[in-house]
Amino acid sequence: MNVTVIKPGLLSSLQDAGRPGHAALGVGRTGAMDPSAWQLANALVGNAGGEAAIECTLTGPSLRFEQAAVIALTGAPITARVGEHSMPMWTTCHLPAGSVLHLGGMASGCRSYLAVRGGFHVEALLGSRSSDLHARIGYAHGRALCSGDVLPIGATAPLPGSPAGNDVQPLGWSLDPQPWFDFAQRPLALLRGSHWAQLDTASQQLLFGGNFSLSKDSNRTASRLDGHTLKLRAPLELISEAALPGTVQLPPSGQPIALLAEAPVTGGYPRIGQIAAVDLPGLAQRRPGNTVCFRETTLDEALMRLAARRQRLTRLLGTIAQRLEHR
Amino acid sequence: MPPTIKFEALAEDALLLRFGERIDIELNAQVQATTARLRQRLPQLECVPAYASVLLRFDLQHWPGDNPHQQIQAAAGAALDETSSTIAAVQDLVIPVCYGGEYGPDLAEVAALCRLDTDTVIARHTAADYRVAMLGFAPGFPYLLGLDPQLAVPRRTDPRQRVPAGSVAIGGSQTGIYPEVLPGGWQLIGRTPLRLFDITANTPSLFAPGDRVRFQAIDEGQFHDLAAANPA
Repeated sequence: MNVTVIKPGLLSSLQDAGRPGHAALGVGRTGAMDPSAWQLANALVGNAGGEAAIECTLTGPSLRFEQAAVIALTGAPITARVGEHSMPMWTTCHLPAGSVLHLGGMASGCRSYLAVRGGFHVEALLGSRSSDLHARIGYAHGRALCSGDVLPIGATAPLPGSPAGNDVQPLGWSLDPQPWFDFAQRPLALLRGSHWAQLDTASQQLLFGGNFSLSKDSNRTASRLDGHTLKLRAPLELISEAALPGTVQLPPSGQPIALLAEAPVTGGYPRIGQIAAVDLPGLAQRRPGNTVCFRETTLDEALMRLAARRQRLTRLLGTIAQRLEHR
Repeated sequence: MPPTIKFEALAEDALLLRFGERIDIELNAQVQATTARLRQRLPQLECVPAYASVLLRFDLQHWPGDNPHQQIQAAAGAALDETSSTIAAVQDLVIPVCYGGEYGPDLAEVAALCRLDTDTVIARHTAADYRVAMLGFAPGFPYLLGLDPQLAVPRRTDPRQRVPAGSVAIGGSQTGIYPEVLPGGWQLIGRTPLRLFDITANTPSLFAPGDRVRFQAIDEGQFHDLAAANPA
C-alpha cells in the first residue's frame, strides 16, 4: 500500500520520536516539533509503536491513497477534505481506496500531523524515520516531501470494526484538542539560562516581560525572536559545547534565538534561558508574526508540569486504545 | 570528584559537567576519560563530550523521584570518585590527504598568512598528532586539537556556500574535515578521499571523540585510487 504526494504543501516531512543518543557523533535528535500531537495522531489510528507521521507546516499537502486507509489529523487546526467531505480532526477516519485527501491552510498554529494506520514505512536510519532537513538525513536525503513522492505504508491488521463501504467515515467521537493545542498562545515558561545573569538589567526585564514576535526566518532548527534587542553587560567569548532544543541563545546581534527539534548538537552562543519542555510545543505552534512572551519558572515547577502532562497523555493513550479495540 | 568540575542544570532532562572554559588538549583529555567512565557506569545517560564539558542527557522515566538532577549528580559524582581506571576505546587513524591545487584551494593563502612555503605547511600539518575533541557542526565533523600554532590562520572573510566533502581545513587554532558538502568559512588546504560519515553503516562516523589522528600526504593519483575504493 502506498500514498502518493500530489501537492507537497509548504513544508511537509516525515517525523517520529527522532534519533536520541547520537549527539556525540554530531547527529541531532530532530523528530516531531509537537510530540504529543504526533503521538495522539498515531494512537487514533491504532499504531502501537512510534510510527512516522507527516508533519505539515502552515499549508498541508494533497495525497492520494491507493488503498483504503485509516487516518487521523492532530495539531494546528487545518482544513481537510476528501471530495465533498470535510474531514474532522482529532478523530479516526476511514478513507476508501483511491481517496484524494486535500489538506489546506491552518486557522491558527503552524504544524499539523497526519498519521496513517501502519505508519509511513520509509527506511529507518539510526532507528528513526524522521527527516533532518538541516543534516539531510531521512527519506530522500532528508528533504521536504515533493510532488510525485510515493510513500509506502506498513502492513497491519484492519482496525476492528472498520467499514467495508466506499464512504469516508469518521468515528463517532473525537478528542478535545484544548489540552493539546494552545489556542490562547499563553506565555511560555522559561528557566534562567547559564548566562542569564550576564544580561544587563534592562535586558533581564525584557526577557521576562517583553513581547517578542516570531521572525519569518524561523524553521525547524530555531525560532528567531524579533521586537527587542537584548544586551550583555560585557561581551562573552564562549567555546562550543552541547546544544539543546528549548535553549534561548543570544548571538552578537542581540536577537534571541530559541533552538527547536532540529537544533544543532553544538553551539557557542550565550544561553540566556531554557524554555520549559512542556511549553516547547507551544512555541513550535507559533507562526511568523505571532507574539512570544516568557514568564519565569523554576526547575521544580517545570518538572512537575512535565510529569503531570505525561501522566495525562499516558491515560489518554490508554483510553484511545481501549475505545478502538471495543468499537 | 575533583573540585574543579561543576554541574550546571541546563534543562529538565539535561545537566552539563563543566571542566573549564578553555580549548586545551589536557582539559579535553579529562573530558574524554570522564565520558568513557560515565558511559561504562551509567549507560542510561547520554554523554555528549565537547571541548571542556560533557552534556548528560537522561530519560526522566529512568529517574523517578522529585529531584532527578540531584540523583544524577550523586550517581555521576560517585562514578567519578572510583579509583579504578576506565580505558577508553580510542582509535588511531591515519587520514590520507591530497594537499593544495583544486583539493586545497586556500593552501597558498594559508602559507602566505603563516609566512611559510606550501611544502612547509604540508610538512607541519602532517607532522602533528591530533585528538578529536568533539564532533559537531554536521554529522561526523571532527574538531581536532593539536594544530601546530604556526599554522593558525583566521577564518575566511567570505565563507563558501559549498565546501566539497572531505575538505581538510584550518579555522583559527583548529583543524577539521568536512564530511559532506556544506557551507563553511574555514581555509581549505587539502582533501581526503575517505568517507567520514555514512548513516547506513554499522559505525556511521569514521571519527569518535578522543580518537588520535595523523594526516598523511598523498598525490592526485593516490587520491583517485582511494576515492574509487571508498565510493560515496
